[in-house]
Amino acid sequence: MGDNKLSRKKRLFTIILKVLMVLSILITVALILWMIIFVLFKGLKDISWHFIVSKPSYINESIGIWPNIVNTIYIVFTTIIVVIPAGTAAAIYLNEYGKNKKLIKIIEYASETLSAIPSIIYGLVGMLIFSNNIGTSILAGCLTLVIMNLPTVMRTVQESLKTVPNSYREGAYALSAGKFRMITTVVIPGCIDGIVTSCILAIGRIISESAALIYTAGISNACKNYFSGLFSSGASLTVALYVYAKEQGEIQVGYQIAAILMILTFIINILTVKIASKLKKRRLS
Amino acid sequence: MEIIKTEDLRLYYGDFLALKGINISINDKEITALIGPSGCGKSTFLKILNRMNDLVDSVKITGDVYYNGKNIYDKKVDVCQLRREVGMVFQKPNPFEMSIYDNVAYGPRTCGIKNRLKLDEIVEQSLKKAALFDEVKDSLRKSAMALSGGQQQRLCIARALAIQPKVLLMDEPTSALDPISTSKIEELTLQLKKDYTIIIVTHNMQQALRISDKTAFFLLGDLIEYSDTERMFTKPQDKRTEDYITGRFG
Repeated sequence: MGDNKLSRKKRLFTIILKVLMVLSILITVALILWMIIFVLFKGLKDISWHFIVSKPSYINESIGIWPNIVNTIYIVFTTIIVVIPAGTAAAIYLNEYGKNKKLIKIIEYASETLSAIPSIIYGLVGMLIFSNNIGTSILAGCLTLVIMNLPTVMRTVQESLKTVPNSYREGAYALSAGKFRMITTVVIPGCIDGIVTSCILAIGRIISESAALIYTAGISNACKNYFSGLFSSGASLTVALYVYAKEQGEIQVGYQIAAILMILTFIINILTVKIASKLKKRRLS
Repeated sequence: MEIIKTEDLRLYYGDFLALKGINISINDKEITALIGPSGCGKSTFLKILNRMNDLVDSVKITGDVYYNGKNIYDKKVDVCQLRREVGMVFQKPNPFEMSIYDNVAYGPRTCGIKNRLKLDEIVEQSLKKAALFDEVKDSLRKSAMALSGGQQQRLCIARALAIQPKVLLMDEPTSALDPISTSKIEELTLQLKKDYTIIIVTHNMQQALRISDKTAFFLLGDLIEYSDTERMFTKPQDKRTEDYITGRFG
């Protein structure tokens, strides 16, 4: 009798847990879906092709976000080609070469602290260091974002380096490979997943960053080519969203930019995953 | 002909003395089996011979190890060159996440061989020597990870043979394998004896008896007995050897 009671209690407990789990899944999914649908619906409702591919004009009193899309792509591209190699190299150094365990711990701790600092502070530092020296420009913004993303990239790659089995390293050494060859042929291919993950995370953070960019990359809406663009002020989509919605009261433009941002992020992430699987396949062909 | 010799070889892990002065002389083109209970230092000893212990930070080594008359712990020794001549196969098969071809070609490429035809030949020859070629000749471009455990281990042997070593160190190469794969590897080892010096660590006394010419019995960091395998298993000189091979402890 007692046993029966206990098992009934246990069963009830299991059922309650299950219900809670399903509920939390539903809430999570519902929230995400609601946000995506809400933004896409509001933003794409009366979006025009002209809005996407034109520059804003005071004469025609029209708003276009093409310069901002271009600036965003410049910023993502420039930041990524600096931060991914730098972060990967730092992670490899810490994991494969670093001998001083205490120093490594300090660096890890420092980078974890850095990644929790609000981005507006990075913006301030970037303004003082970069903008004051090379002028308010996309390059200054990118350098700020590099500093901001470096800890995250480094830590992500480092974690994935730790998952490369030591037996691979031993195997390479036993086949007379030196340390450098061992790392380039066995360790880096083994952690390519981690590099891609860090890349996706970084892209997400870069695209969604506004606070660190307002002070450093500025709010100009001029459309330039890549190299002259780097050295002049330019607003990314998120900065433009802020300026239009907050300072010019164009809430609808804000929604439209948000929708475009979402689609852009989606496309870039898919491309990253595609490139990664290409890289993996090439190693097996 | 003697190829490897150690004199008063001691190895410390930090403060712990793991090998207590080993004196041994190993002959060319023979199979030498190292036996002994877990933690007796036989794998540690094996890894000294191609300096794999260099990778462990806390290791300190004193005494001399001669390979072909040269002290391999001399400062002037090129470790990569040493490992080219003294190859190694590990306990757990550890093929790289590459194609079968690239796995075998890894060593030769490391040594700077780029010529396609030459690589093709080395890969084929090595796989043939490891008795794996017939099983994989149509899937050289496929991932090595898709092979069975026994095949992976033979691939690792082929990979080690591809840089044409003189000595092959095997660290319990069959302990992770099923009986059929094990007997295949044993057969292979006996064939390889013609061209290579083989030193094999094993937990399996029958295996030592089946394949080795000489056997060395290690216990708690000491080399207790070292003699012809047949003699060791029929007339062990030391009481502890006898106790171990008759299964009284281990």
